[in-house]
Amino acid sequence: MAVEIKIPGLGDSVTEATIAKWFKKAGEAVAADEPVLELETDKVTMEVNAPAAGVLAEILADDGATVLVGQVVGQIEAGGAAAAPAPKPAAPAAPAPAPAPAPAAAPAPAKAAGQALPAAAKMLAENNLSAGDVSGTGKDGRVTKGDVLAFLENPPAAAPAPAAAPAAPRKEDPREERVKMSKLRRVIATRLKEAQNTAAMLTTFNEVDMTALFAARKTYVEAFEKKHGVRLGFMSFFVKAAVAALKAIPAVNAEIAGDELIYKNYYNIGVAVSTPTGLIVPVLRDADQMSFADVEKKIAELGKRGRDGKISVDELQGGTFTISNGGVFGSLLSTPILNPPQSGILGMHKVQDRPMAVNGQVVIRPMMYLALSYDHRIIDGREAVTFLVKLKEGIEDPQRLLFDI
Amino acid sequence: MAEQQFDLVVIGAGPGGYEGAIRAAQLGMSVAVVEKRGALGGTCVTVGCIPSKALLQSSELYEETTHALADHGIKVAKVDFDLAAMMARKDAVVNSNTSGVEFLFKKNKITWVKGTGKLAGNGRVDVALTDGGEQVLAAKNILIATGSDVTRLPGIEIDETQIVSSTGALTLPKVPKTLVVIGGGVIGLELGTVWRRLGAEVTVIEYLDRILPTMDVDLGKNTQRVLAKQGMKFKLGAKVTAAKKSKSGVTLTVEPAKGGTPEEITADVVLVAIGRVPYTDGLGAKEIGVALDERGRVRIDAHFQTNVPGIYAIGDVVAGAMLAHKASEEAIACVEMLAGQKPHVNYDAIPGIVYTWPEVAAVGKTEEELKAAGIDYKVGKFPFSANGRARANGDTDGFVKILADAKTDKVLGCHILGPDAGNLIHEAVIAIEFGASSEDLARTCHGHPTLNEAVKEAALAVDKRTINL
Repeated sequence: MAVEIKIPGLGDSVTEATIAKWFKKAGEAVAADEPVLELETDKVTMEVNAPAAGVLAEILADDGATVLVGQVVGQIEAGGAAAAPAPKPAAPAAPAPAPAPAPAAAPAPAKAAGQALPAAAKMLAENNLSAGDVSGTGKDGRVTKGDVLAFLENPPAAAPAPAAAPAAPRKEDPREERVKMSKLRRVIATRLKEAQNTAAMLTTFNEVDMTALFAARKTYVEAFEKKHGVRLGFMSFFVKAAVAALKAIPAVNAEIAGDELIYKNYYNIGVAVSTPTGLIVPVLRDADQMSFADVEKKIAELGKRGRDGKISVDELQGGTFTISNGGVFGSLLSTPILNPPQSGILGMHKVQDRPMAVNGQVVIRPMMYLALSYDHRIIDGREAVTFLVKLKEGIEDPQRLLFDI
Repeated sequence: MAEQQFDLVVIGAGPGGYEGAIRAAQLGMSVAVVEKRGALGGTCVTVGCIPSKALLQSSELYEETTHALADHGIKVAKVDFDLAAMMARKDAVVNSNTSGVEFLFKKNKITWVKGTGKLAGNGRVDVALTDGGEQVLAAKNILIATGSDVTRLPGIEIDETQIVSSTGALTLPKVPKTLVVIGGGVIGLELGTVWRRLGAEVTVIEYLDRILPTMDVDLGKNTQRVLAKQGMKFKLGAKVTAAKKSKSGVTLTVEPAKGGTPEEITADVVLVAIGRVPYTDGLGAKEIGVALDERGRVRIDAHFQTNVPGIYAIGDVVAGAMLAHKASEEAIACVEMLAGQKPHVNYDAIPGIVYTWPEVAAVGKTEEELKAAGIDYKVGKFPFSANGRARANGDTDGFVKILADAKTDKVLGCHILGPDAGNLIHEAVIAIEFGASSEDLARTCHGHPTLNEAVKEAALAVDKRTINL
């Protein structure tokens, strides 16, 4: 019995994805739940697992194809024998072809799509076509002779030109390498440009003295790890300080929707994570209600899954404010770009010992520059600056976070 | 009055009702079927398809013995038949079928409520029990599967002895010397054939100018020729206006359909076989507002639902061909829809079969229908006289005709007169169901030597490339 490989639900707003890569070739054996292909959406890459054990009988959408949620992209012949027969003792899939699971609820109009009736098969072969090229009108989507005749008579408007080359033809240069942009890259590109085109974006800066934070961290790092099983890092301080600042300046946690403003009385903080395929921003939901330990654990977990490509789209949605830490790569100062429809993004940077004037004395302090990019349409300069100062105070005197001052 | 609750109450245990009930039970519904006959299976099993096929088989063996065996070099000294034994065998066949359905009900835990069901509104069916008393069934859904009844001819009263319907024609106590069949449709030709084989002189009177009027004109014409060769007489374009009974027989007044001089025809027995009408007597449909159409058929939508929510109807009691298998398909689709599935009945892929010998079978569109619809088509025809197996069998009457779309080559219809046509037609039924082209049939390997090769050759003939002709 053939089992369909379908594109799973990818979250509320995502309806299509690109097949990044099939891990298996047609004819290869697959185990149940074994990843068979990788999908790229505009937010994330994810694996699709085999719905059943058997042989990958057919691949209906190749690498690079754009597919819709729910689309059947392959068939697994359940319990079928692979080309290279694994010495599997006829897996317990074989016995009693269980009372045919009540003829699938839906009519699944295309369950035989890509199968050609005999005369159609001959005609396809004679015209160097495959059944997948022609949409079938026969039972369950089978391709009929009439379908092939109609296809030959009216070939679909100029088959999608091979990856629409750039307008001005550019000479091939052997020293150059042309690579198709990944879906993730393309989306990052359009989103960033869209943010720049839409928001009245500007950046305000400040710097923060990390002395108190380091001291607190040094004092409690061991006890914290012992109790919570996770290292006490910077991020939990910044997330908590950001939440406190957002509470003080609600406009930074708001968005513009048409000619209305939406103020959000919840604090979902996106934390940018670098992955091999690009930047993703998993979201800490209701960060105001999380403890330091919760924040550290969640970031560690999301970051790991993000890098493994195992993060779900839902976990990337619904952020109200973003924190991006360019400091991990050594950035001293930068101007982050908004993550629409959010109105603010905090840029963290490298901690650097710098001579500072404190009470008339020059002292060496671990300093970090902070940047807040914001949408001036909704946030006034005074609010932006106040926000950043408030955040800075929370970091320089973490006890303020405790006392909610 | 006890009230019992069911997911589905089916009224009528014919091939529509009983198969729908079984499917519903498979899908987990609690099901009751109301049937007033003392046996399950409806007209089809008790007084229709099954007993007529039993008699057709018996009479055919007799005719083969008397007429065909000599050709095969088989000598039979004296051949006779025992009508009572033939009838007893037929009854046994019917009984084994009805008890088979009864067994299936038990197996599927379907409740048979013996009595006459009446729609009572608000999801209730009142049953006047056969054994007396009443029972009320409450149902989430009700399926009307009451089927059809014999069409009566004004002025000609059926007494089931001298003037019989199909029911009486299945139980004649002795072979009539002369039998007049009014109606040249499926039932008339089949039962006329039974009694002709057993020795009756049979005349078929048909109002229209051809027999099997709903089938492809080629079939009507050629079937008449073959049956006439067997000894059946035909009077076409004629109507029966009166019947006078006497002890010795029935005298019918017959006039040309277009008008003209009447004549009298006398017969021992007259079979009225002019069709069937939807059966809704005593159903209470009108009382609770279930709409019927101008021909008394229950109106349904694409989901078999009547205008009253929760009440559905299928089979002979709704529009469409009055065929057991059409009723079954509809009933199964209907209950699957109730279970949330999305089945589909393809009305272009419902075969119709006449069990004379040779048999007549058809599926899909006739040439006349295609012409009327303005569809460009090609014809492929192949005679059984050019089929090796048919010749070996000594059964060379008839042909296979395939109609295919001129442009797409899709099989649109198939019409067969010939040996085993009722089995052969299913190749074309599957082809149509799957949207196959005639070339698909032609490219499908057929065993040799079989009668089915005639179907393949007819498919090749669409493209004018038969091999064996």
